[in-house]
Amino acid sequence: MSIDKETARRVAHLARIEVAEDQLETLAGELNGIVAFMEQLNEVDVEGVEPMTSVTPMALKRRKDEVTDGGYPEKILANAPDARDGFFAVPKVVE
Amino acid sequence: MSDLNKLTIAEARDQMRAGDLTSAEITEACISAVAGADALNAFSTQTFEGARAQAAAADARIAKGDAPDLCGIPLGIKDLFCTKGVASQAASNILDGFKPEYESTITAGFWDQGAVMLGKLNMDEFAMGSSNETSTYGPAVSPWRREGSETPLTPGGSSGGSASAVSADLCLAATGTDTGGSIRQPAAFTGIVGIKPTYGRCSRWGIIAFASSLDQAGPMTKTVRDSAIMLGAMCGHDPKDSTSADLAVPDFEAALTGEIKGKKIGLPKEYRLDGMPDEIEKLWAEGAEMLRDAGAEIVDVTLPHTKYALPAYYVIAPAEASSNLARYDGVRYGRRAKLEAGDGITEMYERTRAQGFGHEVQRRVMIGAYVLSAGFYDAYYRRAQRVRTLIKQDFETVFASGVDAILTPATPSAAFGIGEMADQDPVKMYLNDVFTVTVNLAGLPGISVPTGLDHQGLPLGLQLIGRPWEEADLLNSAYVLEQAAGFVSKPAKWW
Repeated sequence: MSIDKETARRVAHLARIEVAEDQLETLAGELNGIVAFMEQLNEVDVEGVEPMTSVTPMALKRRKDEVTDGGYPEKILANAPDARDGFFAVPKVVE
Repeated sequence: MSDLNKLTIAEARDQMRAGDLTSAEITEACISAVAGADALNAFSTQTFEGARAQAAAADARIAKGDAPDLCGIPLGIKDLFCTKGVASQAASNILDGFKPEYESTITAGFWDQGAVMLGKLNMDEFAMGSSNETSTYGPAVSPWRREGSETPLTPGGSSGGSASAVSADLCLAATGTDTGGSIRQPAAFTGIVGIKPTYGRCSRWGIIAFASSLDQAGPMTKTVRDSAIMLGAMCGHDPKDSTSADLAVPDFEAALTGEIKGKKIGLPKEYRLDGMPDEIEKLWAEGAEMLRDAGAEIVDVTLPHTKYALPAYYVIAPAEASSNLARYDGVRYGRRAKLEAGDGITEMYERTRAQGFGHEVQRRVMIGAYVLSAGFYDAYYRRAQRVRTLIKQDFETVFASGVDAILTPATPSAAFGIGEMADQDPVKMYLNDVFTVTVNLAGLPGISVPTGLDHQGLPLGLQLIGRPWEEADLLNSAYVLEQAAGFVSKPAKWW
């Protein structure tokens, strides 16, 4: 499997990272190098092996479903690049 | 008394309790040391005023008696930890200006115990790197140099600032975090001790996330005893981290008996790499000899899937990172790119992340997006998770055979020069973690102990890997290795 320029463009968009048109070839090359490294995994027989989702067997603790925190919108907004009237502000989303 | 910054935690604690020293004196010595070490670029933020206030409060508490172990001890904190009102930006430009409104669980515990924060420590951006060169602050520099050379060397990564600061005696100890080796590799490169505890030992709450199933925090210290003391102050259940274990925390320091008679130590044959320098081979053999002399039984073991650990890691870690780093969108915190007229929200996301993330972080986020994308999920991500199961089973088999700990080299080489890997392909840099990454994948505790110098006078370390939750036993084996190796070298001061 190899990553061409179009795949690189698609991956960059999936990751929401702007990549200049003239950089896409280089990016595809870099990603290919890493993907080739990963392909060693194809040598391993994983038939019947459970994929690991939790490294330590543990049951998640339960608690009452109730509000335990909150009530400080000014703290939530304190680090926002653009906050107005108690809201995060972003460019227009809906035309 | 001068040079108080050179004290260990244990020495400082005992002398403060005896009334021979104050935290204010030790803290001032560290402040002078930090102020005179700009060339190391270890600190990204200095919090000297806060440190003086904390030291004064600590002295009052010690005078009353019954102060905790870390009371009055000046520490450096990796920039990955959120510290209230103090810049916490994971060495990334995308978090430029971010000052958290909250404190990480681990650092909150330190301040409750009376510890002193000197400042924040340099690191690789979002903990992605092995040389500190991906930091937006520029690389931290090792206090160590090759004999007869002034070439600046890397302190390792990602906890490079922590390693540099502890090794140069700028602070008594520091926090690190370890996702694939980021505590143990820099500890080995700089001649200090670093332990990554069992996954779940320490709360991850308030630590900026890289790969959540692998990340663990741990101490980086001058001695094994100090690691035992500091680890005890970091462990424990936290309701805010559902993966933190609700287990009793043993007295790690009390476990340092120096007695390992009858313990079984395994040497995995898969860690004998082609082309590994002879001096690493020798260091490893000598370490095994030291443990044998102390009464341990040395046995050969096999971890057959070792070879696949790095490729599995470089699927799993970027996949989790691409998900964790999705939150840096220019909306809630950090910096937002300047937009042109007519730009919409997609341009805002894409430009903010292109300008805010460095090259290595972008590469990993994109790899992560790729391996999780439709059509590739099973071929890469799912397969890597299966291989991870096999890697963990390798260790379980060895431990089930009665082995108490596994001894390996910590790194495949001594520290390299800053910039020396720049032209290499990224995979070459990833090989730095070849001996450490298996431990993260299996969720085990691992500790790096300095045991020798290479032919150029640079520190080399050995790694001990323990059974899950048995850090106390692991620290004791490391203590025996430390005592037997008698590593006392320090870098000659040039900065």
